[in-house]
Amino acid sequence: MLKIRNLDAGYGKLRVLKNISLHVDPGEIVTMIGANGAGKTTLLHTIIGLIKPTKGEINFLDTPCCRSSVGQIVASGCALVPENRQVFASMSVEENLLLGGHVLQKREGRAAVHKELAHQYELFPILRERRNQFAGTLSGGEQQMLAMGRALMSKPRLVMMDEPSTGLAPLIVRDIFQIILRLREEGNTVLLIEQNAKAALGIADRGYVLEVGKVIVQGPSDILLANTDVQRAYLGREKVTE
Amino acid sequence: MSPDLFFQYLFAGITYGSIYAVVAIGFNIIYNATGIINFAQGEFVMLGGMISISLLHFMPLPLAIASAVALTMLIGAAIEILFIRWLQSPSVMRMIIITIGISILLKEVALHIWGESIRSLPYFYGNEITTFSIGSVHISPQVVWVILASAVMVAGLNLFFKSTPIGREMRACSANRTAALLCGINARNMVTLSFMLSAGIGALAGCVMSPITYTQYDSGSALALKGFTVAILGGLGNSGAAVLAGILLGIIEAFSVSVVPLAFQDAISIAILLVILFVKPHGLFGSGDAARLKDF
Repeated sequence: MLKIRNLDAGYGKLRVLKNISLHVDPGEIVTMIGANGAGKTTLLHTIIGLIKPTKGEINFLDTPCCRSSVGQIVASGCALVPENRQVFASMSVEENLLLGGHVLQKREGRAAVHKELAHQYELFPILRERRNQFAGTLSGGEQQMLAMGRALMSKPRLVMMDEPSTGLAPLIVRDIFQIILRLREEGNTVLLIEQNAKAALGIADRGYVLEVGKVIVQGPSDILLANTDVQRAYLGREKVTE
Repeated sequence: MSPDLFFQYLFAGITYGSIYAVVAIGFNIIYNATGIINFAQGEFVMLGGMISISLLHFMPLPLAIASAVALTMLIGAAIEILFIRWLQSPSVMRMIIITIGISILLKEVALHIWGESIRSLPYFYGNEITTFSIGSVHISPQVVWVILASAVMVAGLNLFFKSTPIGREMRACSANRTAALLCGINARNMVTLSFMLSAGIGALAGCVMSPITYTQYDSGSALALKGFTVAILGGLGNSGAAVLAGILLGIIEAFSVSVVPLAFQDAISIAILLVILFVKPHGLFGSGDAARLKDF
């Protein structure tokens, strides 16, 4: 579904991503973990087209998309739930969701948007209750759900999430991760970026560990969870050697 | 002051005030889409008046006005596409300087086409001396046209931004540009559209006011200054407040005539602008929190 080869990207002369290669297959949850400043958000911004790569290639659905605009990439079925939610604070919850359906309306018409809206309300019942409230008045967890619902309104083939658990209470984080699992059950593909490595690897099929712009370890989640380096650096415990 | 005179001033104030409000809303639409003040806004008003006056030789009045508005909208779109769109992440200051340049350019072009002569559209109904009376107050029918057109524009824009998908997308772009891009919205087209809308309402205002205020190649600048004062007075970006602030400024100006000589009328709006910038830079109705998020 998504294939990235030897990708370099950054801001001006600052090279943030160095020679990144990764792939995401249909129906998978893939997680990318790493500390602050490792380049996780930069990677997602490069995939979605907000940043143009300086080297390497990105193929989405077997089509190169390095030169496409954000609008074209979103329309082709790739959606990003941005860091810090970025909801339209001064607009109602329903307006936020309808805006997320912009590309769906262009592709399949108004009826499809309303059907998808009903689907999102079923996935996030709290958003139906709050549909006429300003998005800015929602709690952090509700805003995260709104940001997810807005991205899902485009019926994407690939959903990318940038640290959905940041700043949320543990119980809400559990809800958010349950929803990500449910997305996979519904046939979605998810690329999840997290600092909360344990929780992310707990639900993902595979994982990549990013450190200062490079992928240092990759593999199935259970193997990464058992990896001593990963444990020391990201899981906050040292395995007692026998 | 006699009650008759009071109401006479009041109506004059509301008439001019509603024009100021429409110009201020033109500022706000572009401000919300791009974060810049478009100093060529007054020239859109001038162009609307001038083009409709020229077209009147070939077609009836309603058609001439409609064509003038449409042409000015095209000019607005062309300006955005030629001068703003291709800039790579331009700074706010650079874009503002560009709009000042555009303003001078449009003025010079108008001078070449129409010369220095002062022109005007005919009264839409009746003529200069037609009045109708409410009690003992005499009102020109054109005043009613101005107020009506302004009210229709304000209501129409409100409806457009609140209830249509494109209006919603424009609001989304001004609320959070990155998030709007992530929704697949083409933010650049929204900026072009905001220039078209601003040019269109400016041009319509220029047509309805032309019989009363007359139109000359440089009549846009003074109006832009008034509109800018109103936009600041109401709080930049807030179009509902601009209506109130516009009518307030219009009324203050109208009543000032009874206190200071007519020649000082323009100085009053500039004085208000200065006082507001010193004392309450985020406007009468703007909040300090919102002002902090703005570029200026």
